[in-house]
Formats: sequence, C-alpha cells, structure tokens
Amino acid sequence: MTVLDAPVEVPTRGALTSRPYQVSSVRHQTHDIVTIDVAPQQHPIAFKPGQFDMVYVYGVGEAAISISSDPATPGLLSHTIRAVGWVTKALNDLQPGTTIGIRGPYGRPWPLEEAEGKDLVVITGGIGMAPVRPAIVQALRHRERFGRIVLLKGARSPRDLVFRDDLDRWHADRSIDVHVTVDSAVRGWSGRVGVVTKLIPRVPFDPENSVILLCGPEVMMWFSAEALLGRGVPAERIYVTLERNMKCGVGSCGHCQLGSKFLCRDGPVFSWDEVAALLDVREL
Amino acid sequence: MYAPEVEAPAAVVLPASGLDDLLTALTGRGYEVRGPTLRDGVVIHDRLTGAQDLPRGVGDEQRPGHYRTTPREDDALFGYAVGPSSAKRALFPPRQPLWSAVSVGDADFEIREADRPSPRVALFGLRPCELAAIAVQDRVLLHGAVPDEVYTANRADLLLIGVECGDPAATCFCSSMATGPGTDQGADLLLTELLGGEHRFLLRAPTAAGQALVADLDTRPATEADLAARDALLEDAAGAMERHLDTDGVHDLLLGNLEHPRWDDIAKRCLACGNCTLVCPTCFCTTVEDTTDLAGTTATRERRWDSCFSLDFTHTGPASVRNTTRARYRQWLTHKLATWIDQFDTSGCVGCGRCITWCPVGIDLTAEVATIKRTSEDPDAPARS
Repeated sequence: MTVLDAPVEVPTRGALTSRPYQVSSVRHQTHDIVTIDVAPQQHPIAFKPGQFDMVYVYGVGEAAISISSDPATPGLLSHTIRAVGWVTKALNDLQPGTTIGIRGPYGRPWPLEEAEGKDLVVITGGIGMAPVRPAIVQALRHRERFGRIVLLKGARSPRDLVFRDDLDRWHADRSIDVHVTVDSAVRGWSGRVGVVTKLIPRVPFDPENSVILLCGPEVMMWFSAEALLGRGVPAERIYVTLERNMKCGVGSCGHCQLGSKFLCRDGPVFSWDEVAALLDVREL
Repeated sequence: MYAPEVEAPAAVVLPASGLDDLLTALTGRGYEVRGPTLRDGVVIHDRLTGAQDLPRGVGDEQRPGHYRTTPREDDALFGYAVGPSSAKRALFPPRQPLWSAVSVGDADFEIREADRPSPRVALFGLRPCELAAIAVQDRVLLHGAVPDEVYTANRADLLLIGVECGDPAATCFCSSMATGPGTDQGADLLLTELLGGEHRFLLRAPTAAGQALVADLDTRPATEADLAARDALLEDAAGAMERHLDTDGVHDLLLGNLEHPRWDDIAKRCLACGNCTLVCPTCFCTTVEDTTDLAGTTATRERRWDSCFSLDFTHTGPASVRNTTRARYRQWLTHKLATWIDQFDTSGCVGCGRCITWCPVGIDLTAEVATIKRTSEDPDAPARS
C-alpha cells in the first residue's frame, strides 16, 4: 500500500509581509497631519481601540501607525499620521488611489471594558488623539455603560488641533465633556491657553472610580500621571500608550524594548504602575 | 525538540582517519556540511568538502581584544576554541530577503514573497556553547510568540554534530554558564577528540538521526579507558577555564544598578562599534532595508542584523532614546544577562567569550559584572578604573 505524505503546510504569507490596500481618501487634518483612509473589501482588518498597523509606502519603508477609525466599521480603516520621518512624510504626500501596504493589527488595546461603570477620562497631547479616538467612538456607541466621559485635549497651537469635526460634534451633543487647550494661542483663539496637565486638577470626574487613557509626548504623560496620582487616581487605572522605534510589530526585532518589555507586543498600552519605574530611568 | 529520542546507546570510538567517512556519509545523505575551516588566519564556519578542510594542527590564542591562530605540536582537528562565526550565521543569516513590491501601473503594486531556498544543512563541529546558543535561539525565534519564518525554515531539516572542548580559550567561561565544556544534549551526534595514544574520536548519538550515521561508520565499542580519557579531558578543560561569571543573583544585581557609576566608566572605553552583538551567537535584533531597482519597478525589503549599539537603533520621530554609549552598553548587558531571563526564561549568554575576544578595546563582561557586584556590596570600593 502506498501512503502519501500529507502535504506540508507552507505559510504563504509571512508575519512580516505587508498586504496592498488602495487609499480611498486623504484628509488633511493640519499642516503636517493627514488621515489616510482605505476601504478594505477583501481583507478587512479587525482591530481593537489602541492597536496599530505597520504601514508601508512603496520603495520608502514602513512605520508603526495607530489606527484612528471606528472598530465597528472594518470597511473603513484610517491611520492618522504626522510628517516626521521619511515614511511619514511620504504618507503625508500621498494621493488618493495610491496603493500602500498594511500589516496588523498589533499590540495590546485600551482596556475599555474596565472603564464600564466608571468615569472615562481621556487626556491627549497633539497627535495623541489618534490612538484614543477609536476608544472614544466605541464608548459613545455604548454611552450608557459609562459614567462621565471627559476629554482633555491639548495642542501646541490652534492650527495643530486634529479631529476638529469630532470635537465639534461631541461638544454640540454634550455626549462628552470636552476641554481643549493650546500651549500658545494666535489672534482669534477664544479658548483656553496652557498645557493640558493644568486642567487635570479642575475638571469634574471621580478619581476613585475612573479609568484614564493617556496619550501624548512622554513628558506630557509623565506630568499628567503625576497630576492624576495627586488627585487620587490609582496608578493601575492610569493607562498610557508608549512609542519607541518599531520595525517588526511582533516582538522579534528588538528595537522597542523597555526593560524586559517589547512595547509592540506587551504594549503599546500599559498601566502606569507597569512602566513608571522604567520611564523614570533616563535613556532606558 | 533535540531531547534524546531514544535511550542513548553506548559510546563508540572512531579512529581519526575515519572522520572523513563521517563527512562523506553526511554528503551522501544530501547534506551541505558546514564546519570549522581556516581562512585568513581565522577559524570560521564554512562549507566543508571533507576532513582535509578542517584546521589540522591549529590552535588559537585568545585574550580580550586579541585573536591569533597558532600552530600546535599535534594533529588535533579541533584544537582551538570558537572563532568569530557562529551557527547564527547559518540559521539566522546577516541578510534575509523578506519580500518585494512589484509596481503595477503608476500607483499600484503587488507583493511577492522572497524565495526561501532551504538546503539540507549539517552543522559540523559545533562546541557545547554553540549548541546551547542554538537552544537559546530556539526559544527566541522558534518558540516565541510569532515563530520567525527564516529561522524556522533553516531549522527544519538541520543536523547538528557537536564537538566537546578540550582546550578552552582564555576568554571562555562556559563552565560558569553551565553550557560546557562537555554536553550530553543539543546535537544529533556528539564527538570528543582524544589525542593521547591513538588519535581517535568518542562518538555518542542522542538522536535516531545520529545513530543512523554512526551505523554507517567503522567504529569499535568504547572501553573504560576511552570513557576515562573523556572524563579527564573535560575535567582539565573546566579546570583550565580562567574566566568566571557569577550568575547567582546577576538578574537583580544588574537591574538594581541601572544608575551605577560603572556604566560611565565602561562608556569611556566602549566604542559602540557593535562587534560584540555581531559575534554573539544569540543576539537577534534586526532592522529592515528597502531598496528600489534602477527602473523603480521593484522595491525589495530585506532584513539584516542590527545592533543595539547604533544610535539609529532607538530612533523615533524627533530623536533617539539611547543617545549615550553608557545607555547602549547598559541595554546590551542588562538584556543579555537579566531581562532576557524575564523574556525567554533563560540567560542570553552561553559563555563563549566571543564578545571579549572581538571587542577592539577588550571590554570583558565578566569583569564588569564582578565590579558592579563588588561595588554594590561595598559602596566604598572604587567603581571607576
């Protein structure tokens, strides 16, 4: 009797292989921030708020970019990108109809379930709005499950404010308590001026019964966490999302290590008690 | 996966003249054999066509920042310690094509996976520290959260033939890391070169593949004298080991001393050249490079070894996280000896001593750890040299 060997399963697509997606629209948020939409038909990417993708530009390279769209509509996948390096600058210059590569989603999402029955406080600086936007959108879909939803949003100047449409809508329908502040104002700005951390002691929320989502430059998150701890929020309910150089997204290239953590795989979302001591060591 | 498959059979003895038969048996089975060979005065791992390619009568002299091959007075075929190349070069090559994007029209492209030829490879003459390093890499690249596709393909049909160490270099400290100079595992076939009296090899085959190889060879059963000769050889080798690393509590010692002044002292000597990470048999960090052909129609993505000593390694938008050599050396050493344990439940160091030998300024991690330990126990001891 002839016994045929079972066919060996050869993976057709590696974990590091991007998939092409056509850009459906490019929305300019500010002078150096765009939101790039793709409409995945064949290969939708199911993600959770706070996760990121590796986004590839033909011939230029790849960058880790937070997903900024609504997790409930996988037919529209958005990434919001500030032009900083080669890849992100190329992404800012893209035209609709261009194909980009995407692989993901990667990383540990925001613990939104933990915030149910509590106040949800979101604090962002600059483009830090991008990774928390899906969390806010998802929380609003189940508004009744949360207590207060508070957004403290800082930007360098009025022209650096992203997701203005969202802010106007949320402010208008009073579903969220929105507080916007800019570091430096220009003529015609009638809103607050000052760093976002200064708002923390004043806005109404229950420090003992709240979950905080914090995203911005590391120094801003550090001072925000200090202010939150000062108000009595436990460190384990302050969540931050961290940024480091990421090449693979799956915890194998070694670049994003912080102590024993691979930020891409073990994070990027961490509770403050998990990372405060590590972030306190310079150049770790 | 390389645990003994069957009860280990008794050891046998192969005369040194029979070693060529072993290499022939491997070639006959379709294996591409890679093992130690002398090139430009250095013992490296490369393709072997027969026993004549092995470095006969060659020894070595290794010290911090120093490597020379030296003639020996005997015909030893394995009379040297590890050279700069390790099995990592074969299993996790320095450059690995991942995929190409081929342009279609002006704005579209399609992805083509890189061809991944996986020849049947037999790695010959690996030292126990090398076998231990493969076991470490298995944990990282094979049994990690996402198995690495390149490593997995190269590891799939691999035959490992180890050689125990009788003549460690002055930079070796495998006895501290419990990886050598002898071993009973990690390979399909284990050789011990016995030089006194008849030049011969003691053969032990922990796996069925190794036993099948032995069955093809003209061997005789090992005698008590052969086994005693091996015991004496390993005892002498362990006794000759000049360097030691105190692994007891080294995890907490290093992570508890992240601001120790010794890091500043090391930074004054360290050139941040990355040699230690390149010769290390377990360092696994990589980066990717995208290159476009002249016509602009194919963009190829390649992965290559990277080093945590480069400034670029931690670059994010505005700046690098680890700007100073102090921070980069600290990252390397604390990862190797401490956080690696948290991540993979094993030390990242196997005690091969390559990072000491190939450091251009001779930084010796065993000495640095000892200094940190001494000065953290006695705050008055001088931490700076």
